[in-house]
Amino acid sequence: MTDTVAQTGVANAKAAPDTMAWDSGLRRLMMIYLPLGCFVLILLFPFYWMAITSFKPNAELMNYKAHNPFWISSPTLAHIKHLLFDTAYPRWLKTTMLVAIGSTTLSLIASTLAAYAIERLRFRGSPYVGLGIYLAYLVPPSILFIPLATVVVQFGLFDSPLALILVYPTFLVPFCTWLLIGYFKSIPYELEECALVDGATRLQILRRITLPLAVPGLISAGIFSFTLSWNEFIYALAFIQSGANKTVPVAILTELVTGDVYQWGALMAGSLLGSLPVAVFYSLFVDYYVSSLTGAVKE
Amino acid sequence: MSVTTLSSSALTQRQPNWLVRLFDYKPFLIVMCLAPAIGLLTVFLTYPLGLGIWLAFTDTTIGRRGVYVGLENFQYLLTDPLWWNAVFYSVVYTGIATFGKFALGFWLALLLNNHFPFKSLLRAIILLPWIVPTVLSALAFWWIYDPQFSIISYLLVDVLHWRSSNIDFLGSPWPARFSLIAANIWRGIPFVAISLLAGLQTISPSLYEAAMLDGASAWQRFRYITFPMMMPILAIVMTFSIIFTFTDFQLVYAITRGGPGNSTHLLATLAFQRGIAGGELGEGAAIAVSMIPFLVFATLFSYFGLARRKWQQGEGND
Repeated sequence: MTDTVAQTGVANAKAAPDTMAWDSGLRRLMMIYLPLGCFVLILLFPFYWMAITSFKPNAELMNYKAHNPFWISSPTLAHIKHLLFDTAYPRWLKTTMLVAIGSTTLSLIASTLAAYAIERLRFRGSPYVGLGIYLAYLVPPSILFIPLATVVVQFGLFDSPLALILVYPTFLVPFCTWLLIGYFKSIPYELEECALVDGATRLQILRRITLPLAVPGLISAGIFSFTLSWNEFIYALAFIQSGANKTVPVAILTELVTGDVYQWGALMAGSLLGSLPVAVFYSLFVDYYVSSLTGAVKE
Repeated sequence: MSVTTLSSSALTQRQPNWLVRLFDYKPFLIVMCLAPAIGLLTVFLTYPLGLGIWLAFTDTTIGRRGVYVGLENFQYLLTDPLWWNAVFYSVVYTGIATFGKFALGFWLALLLNNHFPFKSLLRAIILLPWIVPTVLSALAFWWIYDPQFSIISYLLVDVLHWRSSNIDFLGSPWPARFSLIAANIWRGIPFVAISLLAGLQTISPSLYEAAMLDGASAWQRFRYITFPMMMPILAIVMTFSIIFTFTDFQLVYAITRGGPGNSTHLLATLAFQRGIAGGELGEGAAIAVSMIPFLVFATLFSYFGLARRKWQQGEGND
């Protein structure tokens, strides 16, 4: 009698962890994987749709009854060919690349020097200069573009990519400076003191000691600036008029959207090609990117 | 003899040319280091900001230097139904989109804070909507919202048979407004989620262990540990998010350009339409300047509203 009770008790005790494991496994599935799957599906669907549209022939694009819209029956490169050979797309890509690289270089130089001065050459009021630069980041381009357009015209830079290279640092420099201040802070000051004792000049210290140690910060700031200037829209829309000098985002919207019948295939192909460089660049440096994003927030 | 020559040569070595010495002179070096950044920001940010406020009080148009007209532009705006409409939609857009972004983004951050395989890959994929140029993903949304070939309509009508006719996403005011808000939320979730995830990872696990020993439920752990610990970072991220949602331009310009019937104009797109496309620089600048009070208010509200708890605690400790 007691034996059986003990046995069933043991059996129960054995069964309990199993059901609990199963229960928690199902729970995990419902509470974590299912919502996560929905998030990923929704966040990625527009890109899937963009990609699939750019390889679909027009007949399939306009007929959902005969073809399953989620798949391509006969993929075509016609839209991409049209984009590359019948429009100025390669030129837009080149302009965008030039503007992005130019403004990134300019803001990296300016913000490295500024961050070094604020963090390492401490002087009276250096925290206020840092705060001022940070506040500049809070001024959105939407309230600046009209007066900036008149400034650009005054300088004779209207319709020139140089205007964009000079203007983009207004939102890149505050961010990069703030990021680099954080990086310089993490480098021990003793290293610089040693170099000072050894008779190095300040510029030598910056070039030989501080900069090599801040390379991860420089990479983060660089990719962040590159993607931000690649994506910039409102200044490029307001300051560039001639079709040849436009950047990719502006050109697709203003040059490819023509008439009443939209060429969705070409539009999506243009969007896909315009997104690829940033996406590739991003995937190469994804860890730097995430750390710069979160680092800047935490500062 | 030999000793003196040696010392004099050492002296010349120790005193390099004046240029190197100048660059080692600290005040000069500080000025030189700050000059590029401060110069760029002054010429292309501070000066235009002041110029914009000045332009708002003039009747400048493209190609004509305006004269001071006092508050005329603002008086005109107050009687302009389009401006009121844009203010209304900007507030609605910012309010709903911010709420959606933070609710969903916080949820996503909590999900990502669990342990599962391919976590870093997933984190990388999730940021994609934020990396890709907004205008280009907006074009994809425009195509998704197409009246005839919308994939959402196809799903609801032909696959699920929930509706009998296609949804007209962008053809009438309220559906168009909500379609834009949905696109904005889609774009904003990754940034919020990744920033909040960084905040979540700084919370010490021992707090949760202590609460579990005390018998706190999952909801109580969230309500009394996660939420209060996240307040400071939430305040910062929300301030940024509100500023850049309120002044959003790209999404609306790419998808509806303010239509149908000017119902989806934000203040930024209205300023562009009047100032650059219409050539009325003075009036456009006035619309842009009219955003500033809203921005200041929203910033103070989100910053002090959310950081208040911390501030009160700090005062209590003193």
